[in-house]
Amino acid sequence: MTSVTSISTLIPGNASAMPTSSARTVMQLTDVSVFYGAYEAVRGTTMPIREHQITAMIGPSGCGKSTVLRSLNRMNDLINGARIQGTITFHDQDLYAPNVDPIQVRRRIGMVFQKPNPFPKSIYENVAYGLRINGIKDNLDGRVEKALRDAALWDEVKGKLNTSGLALSGGQQQRLCIARAIAVQPEVILMDEPCSALDPIATGKIEDLMHELSRTFTIVIVTHNMQQAARVSHYTAFFTAEVDDKQVRHGRLVEFNDTGRIFTNPNDKRTEDYITGRFG
Amino acid sequence: MTQQPNPALAMSSKARSRIADRTFWAICLIAGIAVLAILGLILGSLISQSMPAFREAGLDMFTNTRWVPNDPDADGPAGPIYGLLAFAYGTVVVSIIALIFAVPVSLGIALFLTELAPRRVRGTVVTFIDLLASVPSVVFGLWGVLVVAPALVPVYQWLHGTLGGIPVLGRLFGEAASGRNFMTAGIILALMIVPIITSISREVFDTVPDSDKQAAWALGATRWEMIKGSVLPHSFGGVVGAIMLGLGRAMGETILVALVMGSAVQITPNLFAGGYALPGAIVNLFGESSGTFTAVLMVMGVVLFVMTVLINLLARVIVRRAEVRMKGATA
Repeated sequence: MTSVTSISTLIPGNASAMPTSSARTVMQLTDVSVFYGAYEAVRGTTMPIREHQITAMIGPSGCGKSTVLRSLNRMNDLINGARIQGTITFHDQDLYAPNVDPIQVRRRIGMVFQKPNPFPKSIYENVAYGLRINGIKDNLDGRVEKALRDAALWDEVKGKLNTSGLALSGGQQQRLCIARAIAVQPEVILMDEPCSALDPIATGKIEDLMHELSRTFTIVIVTHNMQQAARVSHYTAFFTAEVDDKQVRHGRLVEFNDTGRIFTNPNDKRTEDYITGRFG
Repeated sequence: MTQQPNPALAMSSKARSRIADRTFWAICLIAGIAVLAILGLILGSLISQSMPAFREAGLDMFTNTRWVPNDPDADGPAGPIYGLLAFAYGTVVVSIIALIFAVPVSLGIALFLTELAPRRVRGTVVTFIDLLASVPSVVFGLWGVLVVAPALVPVYQWLHGTLGGIPVLGRLFGEAASGRNFMTAGIILALMIVPIITSISREVFDTVPDSDKQAAWALGATRWEMIKGSVLPHSFGGVVGAIMLGLGRAMGETILVALVMGSAVQITPNLFAGGYALPGAIVNLFGESSGTFTAVLMVMGVVLFVMTVLINLLARVIVRRAEVRMKGATA
């Protein structure tokens, strides 16, 4: 019998992932659709992002979870023809209002990518880059060290800060990217499948790190790995790909809820099918 | 039931592919050896042809600034003086000027094309740059000497008037007797090498992975900060290579420089004075040369050859060190 509850036994003791019910809403998506040109890639997404919580977005390929993630710090602006409908607010301010500068948005809402992408510069310069472009010049050494410590990388690199960031292992590179993102003290960190290029040990380190970071930052993570979502997140949004009457494939948010609830007692049949492996 | 393949046929086809493989290998090997052989032959014959000059004029050629190959009035030195320093100086100065103008312009165009220009503009500009590249250098030279040089004389005079009084710098901006000088030659040469530096830099900038650019964007970088953080460090080696190719063309350029710079054999800090470069001297003087004189022209060829090789080696060292610093020892 493949009951929904049997999946939950795969989840390591994750008491820390209990959502804090009093958490404030930092970002709010209301009826958000993302378009690429005339193509509506994701339709009608409404969900909150809560402060100091980890929100996971899961779902099959092509369900639009990365697209939604990238609309949260206006990275989609860089794609020709991309636009959104609906509203995304950050501290009750419309992120897409005409007077909002996307560069300022990205300075407050950072991002970590699927493939570790350190700059071809030294470890130190990788972390200092964000500080420099933000005009922060005082105590650069201290800030770089703190970011590397907070990213659980300091002990491994403290003796070789001047060597290239690209000489590190994949897992170390990804933690360097996290250090680079948190150095500028954003409020929200978006993570787009941050562990999909890493081995299980490196993945474990990043997951532990995410727990630590959620005390200071709000985290949104897109993942293909359902166990990962179950292990690290407080809230989970399940997206799926649907085909409408006109045979147009598009992504849709099926269910948003506490992670425990999604993985043990989902409201929607499609969620249940997906997490029990009956999706198809 | 499917028919079993004939084992003999299978074997013969394998043998045939092996022959093809070996032929391919041999062709590649020959091509590779040919490159080395041609280079060796050129260098070898240059040196052997220049031996008479070394015997007669000796190393004086590399230290003497005077150039008196023949003396029709018989009022000068007893024998010919073959000092090559002034020609080497002319080549170096005109190439440096060309790079100073060409590099910023080329990198600017390349960045504009890869990072800023809309797709349609991009295609048009690329076409025009390719057209510029296909203009024969003698046309550049004629245009330089007939149009640009006279037009620039007032500019040079103004610069001399404004900057000429400054102690050290002023010596660079001396009196401009005519428009045919180091500066004009350098500027026209720059126009000639802009297309090559631009098109190679553009291809290099295009290879910067999107993920690297996104990393900068996601930190709240402006476009320029993104270029400085992601695009430039990533393309350093390739850009140096592009500049070196441009420099190589500038140093070897003959007819353009000969036309625009004139033929004054002198070493002077004044950029508005005429000069003479190695390739121009070879082509201008070869027709009327004989004996030792011809051998001296061969030495000019050797000097040019050695200069380009040294510059390329230097560029390799620079790139290698930068890559190790930026990308780790594996690069």
